[in-house]
Amino acid sequence: MSDYISGYPESMQESLRKVAESRANRVGKQFTPMTADERHKVLEEYHPDWKMDQKRELKVGPCKGELMPHEVVDILEAHSVIKPEDIDLSNIDYDVDVLIIGAGGAGLSAAILANDNGVDPDNILIVQKLRLGDANSKMSQGGIQAADHPKDSPTLHYLDIIGGGHYYNKPELVEAMVKDGPDIIKWHEELGVLYDKLEDGTMQLAPGGGTSRRRMHSCKDYTGVEITRVLMDETINRQINYVEFTSAVEFIMDDKGQVAGAVLYDMDTHEYKIARAKSTILATGGFGRLHIQGYETTNHYGSTGDGIVMAYRAGANLMHLDSTQFHPTGSAYPEQIVGQLCTEKLRARGSQPLNIEGELFVYPLETRDVEASALIRECYGREKGITTPSGMKGVWLDTPLIDIIKGEGTIEREFAAMYRNYSKFGIDIRKEPMLVFPTLHYQNGGVEINVKCETNVPGLYVVGEVCGGVHGKNRLMGNSQLDLYVFGRRAGVVVAERAKTAEIGKLNLDHLDRYEKWLKEGDVETDRKSPILLPEYRGKKTLDHQLKLL
Amino acid sequence: MENNSEKITIYVMGKKHMVPEDLTIMKAMEYSGHQFTRGAGCRGGYCGACATLYRKKGSYKLEGALACQKIVEDGMYIAQIPFSPAEKKTYILDEIKPEAATILEYYPEVSRCLACNTCTKACPQDIMVMDYVQASLRGDITQAAKLSFDCISCGLCAVRCPAEIVPYNVSQLARRLYAKYIDGPSEHVLERVKEVEEGVYDQDIKELMTASKETLAERYNTREIDLNE
Repeated sequence: MSDYISGYPESMQESLRKVAESRANRVGKQFTPMTADERHKVLEEYHPDWKMDQKRELKVGPCKGELMPHEVVDILEAHSVIKPEDIDLSNIDYDVDVLIIGAGGAGLSAAILANDNGVDPDNILIVQKLRLGDANSKMSQGGIQAADHPKDSPTLHYLDIIGGGHYYNKPELVEAMVKDGPDIIKWHEELGVLYDKLEDGTMQLAPGGGTSRRRMHSCKDYTGVEITRVLMDETINRQINYVEFTSAVEFIMDDKGQVAGAVLYDMDTHEYKIARAKSTILATGGFGRLHIQGYETTNHYGSTGDGIVMAYRAGANLMHLDSTQFHPTGSAYPEQIVGQLCTEKLRARGSQPLNIEGELFVYPLETRDVEASALIRECYGREKGITTPSGMKGVWLDTPLIDIIKGEGTIEREFAAMYRNYSKFGIDIRKEPMLVFPTLHYQNGGVEINVKCETNVPGLYVVGEVCGGVHGKNRLMGNSQLDLYVFGRRAGVVVAERAKTAEIGKLNLDHLDRYEKWLKEGDVETDRKSPILLPEYRGKKTLDHQLKLL
Repeated sequence: MENNSEKITIYVMGKKHMVPEDLTIMKAMEYSGHQFTRGAGCRGGYCGACATLYRKKGSYKLEGALACQKIVEDGMYIAQIPFSPAEKKTYILDEIKPEAATILEYYPEVSRCLACNTCTKACPQDIMVMDYVQASLRGDITQAAKLSFDCISCGLCAVRCPAEIVPYNVSQLARRLYAKYIDGPSEHVLERVKEVEEGVYDQDIKELMTASKETLAERYNTREIDLNE
């Protein structure tokens, strides 16, 4: 490293020297995975989900009494942004068979499959709060799981998912995941998604935290970008209707108790519009931008939990919202990119988490909740983290090992995005490690669905991160990419069939009055309104990190 | 976080603001009171929503960047380009061929490329844009697909191209042609799909679905882990 100028400040140099000195001895070194008891202990002591003072019981509606993070309860215990009397439901702007709210991987898949199954492109409407494809789907780096290798099987995939999810997953949803998985990859290849392959044309597969086989298919570290842009291109080629910068704010019901469309809000002109639909697919993604417990997040700007609010007001059942995924490795330095994702594939390809002494302290591929807890323990339990100039703590992720183990050039080839992003801030991850700390990554729970993506409210279908039950209380790497397409496609088929027979009755917004009643019954007095649509970062909030740690 | 950074001056669409010197353009704009609707997306360099043109103090050069990936500088003039009115041709992938003529059929303007390299200089991803446009012109779909892979469709190349080519749409066509027809499907994927359809795994999975939590935990904790390549 003699001619290399370090991208880290002087205060970290001593620790960096220890990392560099111990590197050669760590090549190929294994760290024993934890036992089931050790995992339970580290979760209980250090995982943010186990901090009960950071949660409270919901006081309104059918899920009354369930524990959820304060930030989630805050958006549920809130008034609607609209008043029913201000909305003219007789003036219908869009009248379609299928309304899809959200244009990430799940929404786009639903649109394409609805079209494949006979719904005219003009009879589909995709509304999207920001741009087409603006979603966490695009931000997936490491890959997508599917059990298609001869050494692997859907049965093993099932076991990995349900064990990783602590057995809370709905079995029928897990079955759909593992059985549809290989067909999703086939479908992607037919659509022109370019997966990483070995010389002989077989898939290049990586392991992930908690997987028993190499099962991760990737497109460099732009997996989500590649799949999403192909689906966007296909949606546009089919001339499926879509409206950008238009957010749904509430569902519209009919007199038969069905969801029958949504009230839309034009983000540019600030007007409300009415969409009536025989079926409505909710695909709005997760809640990372609520910054649960003050954590930084990997999530897209639009991830404000709008979908769970709308669905709950319409009477849909929520599940597993007490559980949140913190990705073990978010960036902790440089300051400009704090919280951003450092893909799990970095560990799958050989990089190791190290403490301030340059010691490996955890098996690199524990499930995400366990790995994240071990990192928090190293920083705040064992006081062996590295402190940044802004006061954040983190541990090293020793990336130079990747090129040593897999050959020079591997980082640039397989981690083009990571390498590029860090280079822009003066750090060469081929030569120096990354400093990482857990970051808010994924909404494990959501609106309860079945294998047909149906909810307990007729006419309402839910797909993608906003749904609950698929991943139980901890999701494995690469399974959210898979679930987008598995359930997106299934919903598309179901709503196409429903379009043949469904009839919409008289429209109303009575459920919003009912919700006001629920708020009163729960003694909730508040000025809060939701959905919030955009996070608030103006002024000094730009600089906020208020980690409510221990 | 305590921010004791020096304050510098930036101009957002001509309006002067004082902001901490270590912020990205995106955070500096938020610090100065803007709430994005357009011009912000993933905030991590993956989505291309925050394409921005800027000019540094005393420089004649108009430069491009992603607002989430570029640190502000004193005297920087900033204008976001959140949308490009770019032409995107529609096609049915199943009905077109991976031939040299295909790209030119849909995007004949590729032949207007002046080889001036302005697109490459404008690219915030440091992609050799001109090289893949030239590859498209030669009908080298493979090269066009591979060189363009890291594109996030921010639009800065199209905004700057004097020949009015939309490189990111051209390369999207090239990549889909390459992936579907030249790279082709993986055999083991097709075989596994067939096995699943034939019900090969049905009984094993049913067994897991109906197992008690204790049985599942036992199976999970003792499962064989084989991560060898």
